[in-house]
Amino acid sequence: MSAGETTRAPAGDAVLSATDVTKIYRMGEVDVHALRGVSLELRVGELMVLVGSSGSGKSTLLNILGGLDQPTSGEVRHRETRLDGASDAALTRFRRDHVGFIFQFYNLIPSLTARENVELVTELVDDPMSPKEALELVGLGERLDHFPSQLSGGEQQRVAIARAVAKRPDILLCDEPTGALDYKTGVQLLQVIERINHELGTTTAVITHNAPVGAMAHRVVTMRSGEIQDVVVNESPVAAAELEW
Amino acid sequence: MSRVFHPLDRKLVRDLSKMKGQVVTIALVVACGVAAFVAMRSAHASLLDARNAFYADRYFGDVFATLRRAPNVLRDRLEAIDGVALVDTRIVAGGVMPLEGVAEPPTATVVSLPLSLNQVHLRSGRLPASRSRDEAVVSDAFAIARDIGVGDVVPLILGGIRKDVHIVGIGLSPEHILMLAPGQLAMDPGRQGVLFMDRGAVEAALRLEGAFNSVSLRLQNDAPAHDVIDRVDAVLAPYGGIGAITRDKQLSNSLLSQELDQLGNMATQVPPLFLLVAALLLHVVLSRIVQLQRSQIATLKALGYGNRQIGFFYAKLAATIVSLGAALGLMLGAWLGASMVSMYSSFFRFPTLESHVDVRTAMIAVGVSVAAGAFGTFTAVRKVLALPPAEAMRPPAPDTYRRGVLDMGFARKILGGSARMVLREVQRRPLRVFASSFGIAIAVGILVVGRFFGDAMTWMVDVNLHETQRWDVQVAFREPLPLSSLGNLRLLPGVHRVEGLRSVPVRVSSGSRHRSLAILGYPGDGTTALQRVVGSDNRTVALPEQGAVLTRLLGDLLHVHIGDELDVQVLEGARRRVSVPVAGFVEEPFGLQVHMRSSALHALLGQEPSVNAALLQLDPQVAGATSARGLDERITALPDVVGVAHMANVVETFKKQSEQTILAMSIVLTIFAMTIVVGVVYNNARVALSMRERDLASLRVLGFTRGEISAILLGELAIQVLLAIPLGLLFGRFFVHAMSTGATDPEMYRLPEIVLPSNFAFAATVTLAGAFVSALLVRRKLDKLDLISVLKTRE
Repeated sequence: MSAGETTRAPAGDAVLSATDVTKIYRMGEVDVHALRGVSLELRVGELMVLVGSSGSGKSTLLNILGGLDQPTSGEVRHRETRLDGASDAALTRFRRDHVGFIFQFYNLIPSLTARENVELVTELVDDPMSPKEALELVGLGERLDHFPSQLSGGEQQRVAIARAVAKRPDILLCDEPTGALDYKTGVQLLQVIERINHELGTTTAVITHNAPVGAMAHRVVTMRSGEIQDVVVNESPVAAAELEW
Repeated sequence: MSRVFHPLDRKLVRDLSKMKGQVVTIALVVACGVAAFVAMRSAHASLLDARNAFYADRYFGDVFATLRRAPNVLRDRLEAIDGVALVDTRIVAGGVMPLEGVAEPPTATVVSLPLSLNQVHLRSGRLPASRSRDEAVVSDAFAIARDIGVGDVVPLILGGIRKDVHIVGIGLSPEHILMLAPGQLAMDPGRQGVLFMDRGAVEAALRLEGAFNSVSLRLQNDAPAHDVIDRVDAVLAPYGGIGAITRDKQLSNSLLSQELDQLGNMATQVPPLFLLVAALLLHVVLSRIVQLQRSQIATLKALGYGNRQIGFFYAKLAATIVSLGAALGLMLGAWLGASMVSMYSSFFRFPTLESHVDVRTAMIAVGVSVAAGAFGTFTAVRKVLALPPAEAMRPPAPDTYRRGVLDMGFARKILGGSARMVLREVQRRPLRVFASSFGIAIAVGILVVGRFFGDAMTWMVDVNLHETQRWDVQVAFREPLPLSSLGNLRLLPGVHRVEGLRSVPVRVSSGSRHRSLAILGYPGDGTTALQRVVGSDNRTVALPEQGAVLTRLLGDLLHVHIGDELDVQVLEGARRRVSVPVAGFVEEPFGLQVHMRSSALHALLGQEPSVNAALLQLDPQVAGATSARGLDERITALPDVVGVAHMANVVETFKKQSEQTILAMSIVLTIFAMTIVVGVVYNNARVALSMRERDLASLRVLGFTRGEISAILLGELAIQVLLAIPLGLLFGRFFVHAMSTGATDPEMYRLPEIVLPSNFAFAATVTLAGAFVSALLVRRKLDKLDLISVLKTRE
């Protein structure tokens, strides 16, 4: 079934779209078919959750949508602009101007403090939040000058979120943001993401292998073996605080 | 923005402080290269400037000629020669200064005043009064060596007459910056002095009233020197002229040029080696840093940083390290350069000699080292930047290892698991292993060169000189004397054996190739003489009845072979032109010579046998004893004697002088080479440690001891060092070849390319010691390996 035709957008036009995208990696001496003809749209203002087991291709899809990687074949667009086959400089520009990323392992620069990690981004764009404002938004206003090694996992991930949203991106892409966190910290984190989606209207996609998280989304897309298996529209999303797993 | 520093700049500072050890060791290698370059270039430039200023200020001549005696009116004919701008005719004569308490009386070169060319620069005092008979200005190097001051009285034997000379001034002349006394191998300022005296006094002493015996000329710009020399020779020939020479062949200038060229060559040959090693190190270290920071680079790319910004970041990292090294190198270089200049200033007498580092040299040094660093960095960063960020964020795929020779039955049995891990790593990254071995090998090569000069000098003195010169005392005569005049010497007490030596100034040619030199005549076939012809293989050459034996290089320069006829223009006496068959060649370390039997030589000259030097062998109990002093006094009292040299002093002076400079150079080169060894080994060990931290920690968890995991890590380094040593000895051999041919004027002096086993042993030992120290430093890190945190960190 084709995702784009059967799912109703909770709001507006497609910000990002992938059409018939495939991706083949060469890992050492084996070919890995990570995506096998995937089509999907991410629409303005929506909060989408991508679920699926490890190796189902969700991270690959998110990386391609975010301009971190190129598809082997198929078409990827940001509004009207083609991203597949775009130059490295064009993709850099796209990521810089439009996308905020959050990764499972935080990927903070260990030699920079929380504030400096956020400054890495605010230096790059025209109208950013102040690093302090961004860190306050994720509840870390008190820990501005701590190095990553002095922060807990949840705190580090919140710095990563602050870093991602400080530049006021149109799109927030989160790859297993709670993957390395315990239940309580994970829920707090999802609340932050929810708040950004609601208050700032940032189009958000969250990858998780944790199916119950889908309850907070407008749409839940399930992936398996490099294909989209199922798309479910959620008419009444649950608040992140009420999630349980 | 209120902040001064971009967050990436802070990352830069913190990254650098985390890798302090590596920053310091690489910066030191850069510093050595820059320092060597700056020191040698500055010393070279400073000396060259001082020389040129002196030459210009005191009108150093372009052409020099010596003759027996010509009337002053001949000056007009010399002035009339096309291309001649200025002529100075003077009297230059050899004398002896039998100083009180000095065993071997120093020789005096007496030069008549006034001079219009090659003028005296006064350091203190005044010039001799006109018409004064006993006043003189003494050369300052000699004055310093013999502690002579204005107001002192010095005895002088000139033209067989002894007189007391009053020193009224101390000065120096561009014609006598460096001096080599007859029979000397090394410059010893205390062995020869120059006395500048009023012309009348010199004329009277030598009975040369109204005449001159030496000419110096200045040429008009672009006048062809060789044409002028031909005409000058034609004018002076009837007056005993022995062939004019250009300033390149003038003794002081040619010695000076040789020293300066040597320094200039070293300045261009040595520093690039250091910078090459620094570039290699930066490449190896930055490649690893970039790999370790792969995911950070990917994150920056995900955040929207472009390749250029990230590339710029690593370029700044490298530039900081290189700049630190370059700054240190500039300071060290300026200091070393100044010490070199001050060392040279005790040999080279210039009115003003100031050490300065010119901006151009500094800029070249910094520019080249930064370029080397940039090259090393660029090659390291390029690969990671080419990866899409998503891929860079994933840990790299496990390295591909293959089963190879090591897994064959036999090797499997003898190699334990650890040894196999070490060897597989080497097999897997042969390029990296080769790069570090190459760097260490350069250091080994530098160590070999550092010791080579000492070994070569020792060989020349202890082996070659002892074989060729078997006399104890050499006596130089003012002019050729009949053999019978040796009789006086034979009568002296303590003298065991006396032999004459004849040297004849000639110009030899073959076709259009020619050289001016001396033919030496030996008694008999020369094999039992007190001075012999000995080849580099230490075999004494027996001279043939007829024909001449040539220095091998001379044969090559003239393109002559055994059996060819050599065209000889004698430059004294009747100035005959004859031809001599080439009978053989001999490899010799010093100069260009033609050796003949004395009988054959005199037949050639059409003269009765004569000698212009006597070689004395003393009774063993007299040689070296205090009674030798009395002997010297008796010898110098003989007529026509212009110099006395003792073999023991010749050797001692030569050793003393070369030891000082060689020791200093050897120490500097050894320190520099150690810096490279530690730089390469330490950085490689750190890189290897960071790459294999997880493997090693896993092994510790499995129960390996610290010693065992150290063996795995350090085993790889040991292989690099062990590969480097033989390679480095080869490099050393090559550098020695380059130095012995490029660093000296081969026509003056050929350093034998000998590298003694002790030199190789020294280089290998120093390298191993440097490697061992570096290994200890890394071993300390290894002992502190935090097992749990290493295993928890995500690659």
